[in-house]
Amino acid sequence: MSLEALQDLKEHVLAVLSQEAVEADIVRGELCVTVGRETVVKVLTRLRDDPNCAFTCLVDLCGVDWPARERRFDVVYNLLSVTSNLRCRVKVHTDEETPVPSVAEVFSAAGWFEREAWDLYGIYFSDNPDLRRLLTDYGFDGHPLRKDFPLTGFVEVRYDEEQKRVVYEPVTLQQDYRTFDFLSPWEGMTRGLPPSAPGDEKAAQAGAAEG
Amino acid sequence: MPDGPTAAGAAGDLRPGEVEIKNLTLNFGPQHPAAHGVLRLVLEMDGEIVERADPHIGLLHRGTEKLIEQKTYLQAVPYFDRLDYVAPMNQEHAFALATEKLMGLAVPPRGQAIRVLYAEIGRVLNHLLNVPAYAMDVGALTPFLWAFEEREKLMAFYERVCGARLHAAYFRPGGVHRDLPAGLIGDIREWRAAFPKIVDDIETLLTENRIFKQRSVDIGVVNAKDALDWGFSGPMLRASGLAWDLRKAQPYDGYEAYDFDIPVGRNGDCYDRYLVRVEEMRQSLRIIDQALDRLETLDGAVAADDNKVTPPKRGEMKRSMEALIHHFKLYTEGYRVPAGETYTAVEAPKGEFGVYLIADGTNKPYRCKIRAPGFAHLQATEFMSKGHMLADVCAIVGSMDVVFGEVDR
Repeated sequence: MSLEALQDLKEHVLAVLSQEAVEADIVRGELCVTVGRETVVKVLTRLRDDPNCAFTCLVDLCGVDWPARERRFDVVYNLLSVTSNLRCRVKVHTDEETPVPSVAEVFSAAGWFEREAWDLYGIYFSDNPDLRRLLTDYGFDGHPLRKDFPLTGFVEVRYDEEQKRVVYEPVTLQQDYRTFDFLSPWEGMTRGLPPSAPGDEKAAQAGAAEG
Repeated sequence: MPDGPTAAGAAGDLRPGEVEIKNLTLNFGPQHPAAHGVLRLVLEMDGEIVERADPHIGLLHRGTEKLIEQKTYLQAVPYFDRLDYVAPMNQEHAFALATEKLMGLAVPPRGQAIRVLYAEIGRVLNHLLNVPAYAMDVGALTPFLWAFEEREKLMAFYERVCGARLHAAYFRPGGVHRDLPAGLIGDIREWRAAFPKIVDDIETLLTENRIFKQRSVDIGVVNAKDALDWGFSGPMLRASGLAWDLRKAQPYDGYEAYDFDIPVGRNGDCYDRYLVRVEEMRQSLRIIDQALDRLETLDGAVAADDNKVTPPKRGEMKRSMEALIHHFKLYTEGYRVPAGETYTAVEAPKGEFGVYLIADGTNKPYRCKIRAPGFAHLQATEFMSKGHMLADVCAIVGSMDVVFGEVDR
C-alpha cells in the first residue's frame, strides 16, 4: 500500500466521479471519499466496476453518531481492492429522518451491515430487502449506539419464579453509575495537543515564563 | 395413502389421492451442539432440502462497542479478548495497531517479534478448535479430544506470559505488557517439535476418510467472485482460490521479514476450507520458529519507550516519584489520542479482523467499530446452504468457523 499508488487512486477517483461532487482526502495513508447521499449507489458501483479501482469487496459498513451536527450520522463504507491492494473509505452524511439508499444490490455483504446500522443507530436504508433489527433483543425499543442512549439502557430482565418466565423491568442500579472526568485542567498528558479544559493555557504560559 | 391428509386437502383443488405438502419451518438452535454457540437458525425445509435459511444472531450481544466508548484506551483492550475467545490476542492486535497508528507510536523489534509469536500461537489455537469441531459436526469425535490436549498446552503458554489462560490483555498500544519469562522459549520449542505429529495424526483420521470426504467435498461451494462479494476473508476466501493474506499483502509488525507460504484451495468447498486450515497450522509453525530465533538474538524493550504511554516498571516506581506519578496518571486518566480516524485490520485466524477507530483527542475512543470476519461469513449462510440437505447446514456452519463472541459483539 504505497502512498504513491494511493495518490494516483485519489486522482483517478476524482476524475471518474467528477459529476458526483465528491471530496477525497488522504490522511495517515488512508483514502477517504465523501459523497452525497443520493449518489452513493452510483459511486460504489463505479468504484467496484472501474478496472483501475476494482473495489470488489465491501469490508465493513457502519454508522457514526455526531449529535451536535445538523446531519448527525455518518455512514462509513470501507472498501478493499484485492487486485490493487488498496483500501478506500466512503462516507455519507444523513440525519434521523432521511433514508440512505441501500447498497445491498451492489455488495451482497451490505445486507447485514445495514441491518446492524439500522438497529444500533436508527439510520434508515431505503430498498434494503430485509431491514429488521439484528443484534438487539426481539421487541427492543431504541437505538443503543446513539450518543444520547444511556450506557445502562432502560430495561433489565430477570427470571420470575412465580410467573415462571423472564420478565422485563425498568433498570435499577444497585450503585450509581460512576464516571470520572479525568481530563484535568492541571498537568495532563497533553503531548502537544491543544488545551482541552479551561486553565490548560495558563499552565503553558507559566511554563514559558519560567523557562 | 391414509385418508386423513386427503380429506384435509379436499378443501383445495386436489384430485382424490393427492396430498398437499407444506414447507416445514425448522428452528435450529440456539441450543444445538452444531450451532457453535448461540446461533438460532430458522430454516424453511422442503422435505430434506433447505429452501431458506434465516440466521438470528445477537443472543450474545453485550454492547462491546458502546462499552468501549466509555473506557480509556487501555481499559478497552480486555474487551477484545472477549470477542473471539478462541484466539484472544489476535483481536487485541488489531486494536493495538489502530491506536498506535493514531498516536504515531513505534513498537520496538522485540515487542513486534513477541506479538508475531503469539499471533501465530493464536492461529494454531483457533484452527485446533475449528478443525476438530468441524470434524465433530460431520461425525468424527476423536480429533476433538486430541486437539484439546494441545490447546491446553498452548493456553499454558498464554498463562505464562500474561497470567491468564484466556483473557490475556497482553498486546497493548505501544507493545506488549511485559517480556517473556525465563525458559519459555525453550518450552515453546519443545512443544513445536512434537506438534507436527499431532497434525499428522489428525490428518490420518480425516483427510482421506471416506465419510469425512462424503460430508465435505462439494458442500457449500463458493467461487472467488462471490466470496469477495459477500465480504469473505481469511481461510474462507483462500479456499475459494484467492491467495489473499493481509500478513503478505499489507504486512504489519514485521511480517514482511518472515518466510511462509499461503495455502490456497481450488474448489471453495468445505473440504478445501478444512485443508487450508490444516496447512495454515503448519505454516504458523514456520513463523513461530523464525520468531523464536529472532527473540533469542534480539534484546531490548518490548514496549515503546514513551513514559506517557507505557507504564513504568515496578522497581522504578519504588525509587522515582516521577514514575509513581506516571503510573497513577496512566491507570486513572489514561493517555490522550490525537483526533483522527483509522481503519486497521489484521489477519486474524478467522479472517480479516478490523477496527475502525475514531479518536476525538480525549482519553476515550469516540467510536470503535469492530469488524468481525465471522459476521460476514455467517451472513452468507442462506447463499451457501440453499438447495443443500439439512445435515449439510451443520457442515457449512462448521466450516465457516464462527464464534459468537465476535459475531454478536
